[in-house]
Amino acid sequence: MLISVYVPFVVTATLTVLAPRMVRRLPPRPAAWALACAALVTAVGWTGSLALLAFTGVAQIPQIAEEGRWSVAALRAEDPVYLVVAVGSALVLTAGIVSLGVAAIRQARHLIRARRECADLPGEIELAVVDDDTPLAFALPGAPGRIVVSRGMLRCLGNDEREALLAHERAHLRGRHHLFQGLWRLTAALNPLLRPLAAAGGFVLERWADEEAAERVGDRTVVAHAVGRAALASAGASRPTALAVTGGAVPQRVRALLAPPPARRRLPFVTGGLLLAVCCASLANAASDSDHMMDSAHRVLCAAHVSTASAPRAADDQREPDFCCGGHDRLQRGRHRA
Amino acid sequence: MLAALWAADGPLPARRVRERLTGDLAYTTVLTILSRLHDKGMVVRHREGRGYVYEPARDEASHTAQRMRSLLEGIPDREAVLARFVSELSAQDEHVLHQLLSEHGGHGEGERRKR
Repeated sequence: MLISVYVPFVVTATLTVLAPRMVRRLPPRPAAWALACAALVTAVGWTGSLALLAFTGVAQIPQIAEEGRWSVAALRAEDPVYLVVAVGSALVLTAGIVSLGVAAIRQARHLIRARRECADLPGEIELAVVDDDTPLAFALPGAPGRIVVSRGMLRCLGNDEREALLAHERAHLRGRHHLFQGLWRLTAALNPLLRPLAAAGGFVLERWADEEAAERVGDRTVVAHAVGRAALASAGASRPTALAVTGGAVPQRVRALLAPPPARRRLPFVTGGLLLAVCCASLANAASDSDHMMDSAHRVLCAAHVSTASAPRAADDQREPDFCCGGHDRLQRGRHRA
Repeated sequence: MLAALWAADGPLPARRVRERLTGDLAYTTVLTILSRLHDKGMVVRHREGRGYVYEPARDEASHTAQRMRSLLEGIPDREAVLARFVSELSAQDEHVLHQLLSEHGGHGEGERRKR
């Protein structure tokens, strides 16, 4: 417990620094899955560790100890966690859960709106062309999802590039990329340290769709040109107010498409997997340690109670509450009856 | 096919639509798809000479464009739902992109001109 409870924090910090750098050079589809696993496992590890730390603090509050029937003194003697750490953990955990709730509601609202728009869009096929000169193109998840492209966007692309754009958006819908995005957003809401992971995830999804479009069109350069031309056209149409939020994502995508497809590599995935396994194992270890600690604190209180109560209350020990646990308690009663 | 029609400057006969598609579709297949789109009201056609010319059915009320643009406003947390083809560019990105595309420009431009 002393060390293992902090391991998930270390794993989270390591992954949040390393993963975004690594995944940019990996094949995007496995990279996206790896990032999703990393986000999920570290979020669980993070929450679990905070909860354990917070619990050791909360358990020392006398009223709660009375309710839970364990010995505060025994806990204090054994407890390896500073009260400040426990209180801090409780606060961070509460803030995380509130922010997760807010993010979840917002996500759900956006998804419902997207679904409604999908149904309301004119036409019965997947593609919905908007009669608008502003170049815009996006995939709208729903049942079924739709691809929304404006006339302006279609006009600024060549025939092959148009095909590439549609293949890209189709890949987003087929791969259910909005679910990945949603997972990253929610985990980042719970734990702000995971924000870089979410940002890297967004980029990896675009790369995934790019690569799938390249496979479909059969020419990486065509997709590169489609992405580049569409981005330049959109930039000309509306200068964004918040610049460089994306940190050059489009040039990176174009560069990746102009280069040969990324090589398959095993080492980063194995390393990541090991880190996540360590995270899970140490959380389990910390949880079982904490469980033992509560058990022994409970037993200490039982023993104390029995020794003080046994003399005066020996007669009516039938009413001895089911206060003390299992074997210990039964043993005591057995002895009384005998 | 719908995308090809929308990208065109005016109504197209089926033969020209076929030229604008990347796949190797038979002329009759193109005609079938076009007439199906016409049945669904997504394409309008006019008689011109011996055949028909096709153009996309316009959304007269055109609330759609406005709705779609409003969907894109307030991006950051809607991005989780919408997957946009391209994100915003900074001035520097734009410069880099121009360079990248011109370095590899021969292929793309040539193809565009061919059609």
